[in-house]
Amino acid sequence: MGFFNDPIHFIAAWLEGLFTGWGLPAGLINVILTFLGVFLVANFGMLYVIFLIWVERKLAARMQDRLGPNRVGPYGLFQTIADIVKLFTKEDTTPEGADKAVFNIAPIMAVVSVLLIWAVIPFAEGWIGTDLSVGALYIVAVGSFGIVATLIAGWSSNNKFALLGAFRTVAQLVSYEVPLVLSLMIPVLLARSMGIGSIVEAQTNWYSIFFFMAPIAALIFFISSIAEVGRTPFDLLEAESEIVAGFHIEYSGAKFAMIFAAEFLHAFTISVLTITLFFGGWQGLGDQYPLVAWVWFMVKSMMAYFTVAWIRTTLPRLRIDHMLNYNWKFLTPLALAVLVVTALLDWLIVNGFGTTETIWRPAILFAANVLIGWVTYALLRRRAAQRPARLVVGTPRPVARPPQPPAQPEPEAAAD
Amino acid sequence: MLDNWLFVGLMLVVAIGFPIVPILVARLIGPSRPNRIKSETYECGIETVGETWVQFKVQYYIYALVFLIFDIEAVFLFPWAVAFDQLALFAVVEGIIFIIILFGGLLYAWNRGILEWV
Repeated sequence: MGFFNDPIHFIAAWLEGLFTGWGLPAGLINVILTFLGVFLVANFGMLYVIFLIWVERKLAARMQDRLGPNRVGPYGLFQTIADIVKLFTKEDTTPEGADKAVFNIAPIMAVVSVLLIWAVIPFAEGWIGTDLSVGALYIVAVGSFGIVATLIAGWSSNNKFALLGAFRTVAQLVSYEVPLVLSLMIPVLLARSMGIGSIVEAQTNWYSIFFFMAPIAALIFFISSIAEVGRTPFDLLEAESEIVAGFHIEYSGAKFAMIFAAEFLHAFTISVLTITLFFGGWQGLGDQYPLVAWVWFMVKSMMAYFTVAWIRTTLPRLRIDHMLNYNWKFLTPLALAVLVVTALLDWLIVNGFGTTETIWRPAILFAANVLIGWVTYALLRRRAAQRPARLVVGTPRPVARPPQPPAQPEPEAAAD
Repeated sequence: MLDNWLFVGLMLVVAIGFPIVPILVARLIGPSRPNRIKSETYECGIETVGETWVQFKVQYYIYALVFLIFDIEAVFLFPWAVAFDQLALFAVVEGIIFIIILFGGLLYAWNRGILEWV
């Protein structure tokens, strides 16, 4: 175990030897090392956000044919740091009618809910905070905290726009939790384990990554995760053009920075979860070296994050009834259908015929997914044909024109 | 087992500390000159009228109820998915029947127009 091969475990082993040499009790050494691990993971998350904000702004700018931040530092890299300095030296106002305790707790809860997810994310083999045996359930449980944070932020601000944001939170985030949880169940079912580490290790071969076994579930998970973050196709809770800034309208300074950082970290967390659950996580060529595996992890998750940013800059906002219909009448039934079919087929393939490590399992499940997708598409086409979409174009009407000056009488010819 | 939860517990402490420290630092270094106008509710520059903390529309409760049913379903199904290898075909089919019954519930709600946004 050399330093360049696995620096984290190398340093951990060195520190453990050092502390044992000092004569500290084993329990205390364990707590200290765990704390250092926690600090490393949390720091990675929070510091990476600084970089992510720059990435997202640059990407959005390029996609909209702008330059983006380019003044502070090379390529505008230090723009976010300048923003942080600005936000921290800004006055932190609390509206007088607000419920102050709840108002102050909300940004903290938003960060906590996202950071806690990172405790079970595997960065490489052995580089995992803690491989909980109930990892998937833990992610769902901790992620729900974020919904409460958004809700209480909107409610406690004593502001009508913020309250509208809170209302929409209930409708949107709570609804999209359903397909999220149902599609999260499919990797759990395929890996026969709720531990995130074991879910990654179940996707060893290139053909056994769960995207091939459950492409529809991967899409449902990705879409409903984006809705959970509240990014642009689903940004009804902070729709700038409708309700100013939605639930965080009254926040300023450091508290706003925390809500903002939590949102960006959440967007990156869903990219990480998508690649971990469906694209083999850190696995790739040369992943026996943890550093290489970590590079794979970062490359894959940045690609997923690029997709999130791409969707954000491309799609317009959905109307609230369309958004809810999309969830309850499309994603949820589809997730249930995929779950039923995958459960039955996978049991038959693995336990019925005993074919685990062959290409047949992904092949059959992929074919079943294609079939489900085709049936869904046919049903949607039929429904669309039954109810032709109303054209939202008004009848032509006279255009208002500025009042014309009264017609001048023709200047009479001077002659006569 | 306890070691696993030690990490989560310490993570909770650190995760609470991470936002609190910047907020406190910002309170120290940032100015604090509140006045009556500054701490008014911001509603696009127009004075706020009436009570803000009104009742939620009943529609939201219905969505929350439907959500509750499906989330509890998920809690029941996760152990079923984990123990898949030890199950007989009978148990698998029974789990599927459970899902189908819940799907019937969704169809009922759909049919009654609960899922329509009004």
